[in-house]
Amino acid sequence: MSNVKIKVISRNPEDYMRATKRDIHKLPRNYDPSLHPLEAPREYVRALNAVKLERVFAKPFVGNLDGHRDGVSSMAKHPKRLAVLASGAFDGEIRVWDLAVRKCTRNFVAHEGWVRSLCYTPNGESFTSVGDDKTIKLWKSEVQSSDDEDPLNTLLSLSVVTGITHNRVKPIFATCGEHCQLWENTRNEPVKVFKWGVDSLHHVAFNQIEHNLLASCASDRSIILYDCRESGPLRKVVMELRSNALAWNPMEAFIFTVANEDYNLYTFDVRKLNHPINIHVDHTSAVIDVDYAPTGREFVAGSYDKTIRIFESLKGHSRDVYHTKRMQRLTCVKWSLDNKYILSGSDEMNIRMWKARASEKLGVLKPRERTALHYADALKDKFANHPQIKRIARHRHVPKHVYNAQKELRIIKEKNKRKEANRRAHSKKGAVPHISERRKHIVKEDE
Amino acid sequence: MKVEKKKRYFQNEDEKKPESNSDGVEVYTINIKPNARRPKRPGNLQKINKRKDEVKRPPKYPGKAPVDPKKLENHSRGEGLDAQNVKHPLHAAKLRKRENKLHYAQKQAARAEILLTEQQGSLQVDEDAKTTAISQKIIAENVDIAAATKIFELNLDFGPYRAKYSRNGRHLLIGSQKGHLAAFDWVTKKLHCEINVMESIHDISWLHVETMIAAAQKEWLYIYDNNGIELHCIKRMDKILRMEFLPYHFLLAAVNEFGFMSWLDISIGEIVGHYNNRLGRTSVMTQNPYNATVCLGNSKGVVSIWSPSVREPLAKILCHKTPLTAIAVDNRGMYMATSGVDRSMKIWDIRNLDGPIQHYKLRTAPVALEFSQKDMLAVGLGEVVEVYNNCCSQTADRPYLRHRMGKSINNFKFCPYEDVLGIGTSHGFSSIIVPGSGEPNFDALESNPFQTKKQRKEAEVKALLEKIPAELITLNPFEITEVDVPSMQEQMEAKKKLLYVKPKKIDYTPRLKNKNKGKTNIARKKIIKDAARKEYIEQAKEAQKLLELPSEPSAPKQSFGVLDRFVSKPKSKK
Repeated sequence: MSNVKIKVISRNPEDYMRATKRDIHKLPRNYDPSLHPLEAPREYVRALNAVKLERVFAKPFVGNLDGHRDGVSSMAKHPKRLAVLASGAFDGEIRVWDLAVRKCTRNFVAHEGWVRSLCYTPNGESFTSVGDDKTIKLWKSEVQSSDDEDPLNTLLSLSVVTGITHNRVKPIFATCGEHCQLWENTRNEPVKVFKWGVDSLHHVAFNQIEHNLLASCASDRSIILYDCRESGPLRKVVMELRSNALAWNPMEAFIFTVANEDYNLYTFDVRKLNHPINIHVDHTSAVIDVDYAPTGREFVAGSYDKTIRIFESLKGHSRDVYHTKRMQRLTCVKWSLDNKYILSGSDEMNIRMWKARASEKLGVLKPRERTALHYADALKDKFANHPQIKRIARHRHVPKHVYNAQKELRIIKEKNKRKEANRRAHSKKGAVPHISERRKHIVKEDE
Repeated sequence: MKVEKKKRYFQNEDEKKPESNSDGVEVYTINIKPNARRPKRPGNLQKINKRKDEVKRPPKYPGKAPVDPKKLENHSRGEGLDAQNVKHPLHAAKLRKRENKLHYAQKQAARAEILLTEQQGSLQVDEDAKTTAISQKIIAENVDIAAATKIFELNLDFGPYRAKYSRNGRHLLIGSQKGHLAAFDWVTKKLHCEINVMESIHDISWLHVETMIAAAQKEWLYIYDNNGIELHCIKRMDKILRMEFLPYHFLLAAVNEFGFMSWLDISIGEIVGHYNNRLGRTSVMTQNPYNATVCLGNSKGVVSIWSPSVREPLAKILCHKTPLTAIAVDNRGMYMATSGVDRSMKIWDIRNLDGPIQHYKLRTAPVALEFSQKDMLAVGLGEVVEVYNNCCSQTADRPYLRHRMGKSINNFKFCPYEDVLGIGTSHGFSSIIVPGSGEPNFDALESNPFQTKKQRKEAEVKALLEKIPAELITLNPFEITEVDVPSMQEQMEAKKKLLYVKPKKIDYTPRLKNKNKGKTNIARKKIIKDAARKEYIEQAKEAQKLLELPSEPSAPKQSFGVLDRFVSKPKSKK
């Protein structure tokens, strides 16, 4: 038995233990599945823990900016600087904020009556405000000397101005009021006036990609599309109730979402205005404002029911709901350009900062932490349809008035459904046609 | 006059001048190369065709090395779904994307095998020689000193011993019939504790960490720490014969003299399952590490598989026609080895409950069976241990190793992550080397033989957070990732249940006292009862409709001629 070759596992402990106490521990890995039994149930438990932790860490409120002496009427994001925000109030005051330190850097009374709307110019050097006093005022963003505190330019409009939006490329901006007016920065008169019907318009927004396109919401329940190269408006779609605000998807040029008075939001495709491509429900009162995330995947809506809801742009129900005891009716919401924060202005004079993802950890993440979070996200996604995990991920506490309103709305919806079914059952075949929910809320489309 | 439209979509340099035909319409002949837009693939093809005659040069950058398909198969998580049957293109694309990701992960895991540092043990002899003849002495002479210390023997006086290794293979626990209980680090031979419990010990087990020991004593179950201090005496679990610890569920599964099975959740101290298995006294028990079920062998030769949440066995197999002596299940949960007093040993496919795949006849009836991490099977035959290699998928004609001892075997265990078999005998404990039996590369996040105290504490917390609930113990551990489709039978049963709804309890106390003035209590109750009965009948009718059962068997009509008019008519259905 001389020719025996024997190899036995014999480990040198030095290869597996750290040399000094300052060293890191050695952790050899082996991904052989037979060493990791019960993979599926273990992953399930991990997913369950991850989703529970997500709810535990869901603390979306970051802070508030107080200083306004009346309700906040409008806000504008700086296009180039994340920490700058301008806000106007119902008493005509404009405040400019430094969000990083949550302090007001500048405040002045700009208009008599409301500040209806604010917008920054694309280079961020100045911003424009419109007020109830029929004036459009251009202000410098940075104040170097005392001269800069006065408006750079004041334009007088013949009629009331309620909204303003700036073209992203050209030096033109549009206002709305009685009609939609197109202005150039150098002129005192509107370059173009778009008229369609007699009713007043209350919100106007330029498309960010197709920069010649703009849309406005009118108080005769319609949404009107314009092209600033043409002389007349393009198209109009009339809904059952009026739309309060409109936001263009920043990534898909042909998509926009309107916040409607009938508690819903509607996402339209400009190419097919006869029905919305999606209806976003969940609010229990009129939706006042809407703003898209810079990714175009999500948007935020503020409502008269004192809650903010975040929707995924392809889904019909909200992903999250934010509320506090002190927050009153929302007047404006904005999604920050780094896709991390949401800003909301409300009736009770405060501007609030929220995290866009409620359980996200702010600040720098260590690599291990980041991988752990990614792993948890992947697991949550994998087991998203399991009843336990779905239930925990979906659960939200809402204020009692919202809860009751939701219940009532559900009853009303069921009632309508039942009534329609009864009517259909007791009338001639085809007399009560099936109309899809998406077509129900559109009255007509004009061209 | 008709206006002719002229359109030119393509312009080429070598374009011919427009011809004009008789109608005065300009006709352009447009030369479009069919591959003008996608030059890549066809272009390459052309190049290859040109070079056909030349000597093929190896590409400069050949890309990633191919993965060994055998390794790839090892890391596979099943076949995956076919996107062809998915109707919606979006969902099909999503599914395809996910499948690609899974495939990528599988490939990466297979590629990572290159990082494994240790080699599996092996035993090579001359072609004409047999490995069976190699004794422990020869092995000890041919291995390094550190490995040779793993062959040792403990001569102890307290009767038959049982031995178990901790999950990382570092610590050893022995307990004797006469009450001797000892725990030690068998690599460094450092003793943790040694006590005599002054009672018989039927079985022993490590708990999730090496600081806790469970011992099934004459009456009750006791838990000691690694200093031999009694932590708990669990009187709810009495007269236990065999125990198994399920590390991922934190369950201590035990079966007692009277056939009661109990699962103790040691993290919260609660018994999650306790029932009689109606098999009588059974002392043949093992766990299936693949799905954490418990396999019991009884005196009729039937192996039954149990989980804490179901009071019936999940499955039963008649393995032998004689009483069973031992069962073993391999690490991947593929094979089960059983042996009976008829001196036979059978290998079964336990996933499909199929077999026997192999049927061996042995000299004597085995007292114990045990699979190693690399699927070697140790068989204890009286005073001899035989180790078989590759005996499941093919028939082994002789053992890989044979070790003869002067004492009878009580039980044995392969040491995880080592090439060591530890044998509890009637007069102590002996440890022998079986080259190639253990997994050479451990995963430190799963179980680490070189764990420090701090790492152990951290791992304990992590393991507790990931404790799998006892309800998830099923035959197929991947059940939780599958789509839950109720079977036809379940659907029918759910419908049938509607027919036999338990009548609701009726609350007779009136909501408004004044409302029922003038009525007696009995009359009032009667009204309520009637209403309840009416509702119940309505419900039953609805259920009947759902089931679509015929309400009454319609009898064939019998004709009485003129007297038909007196036959009572069936009530017309509304």
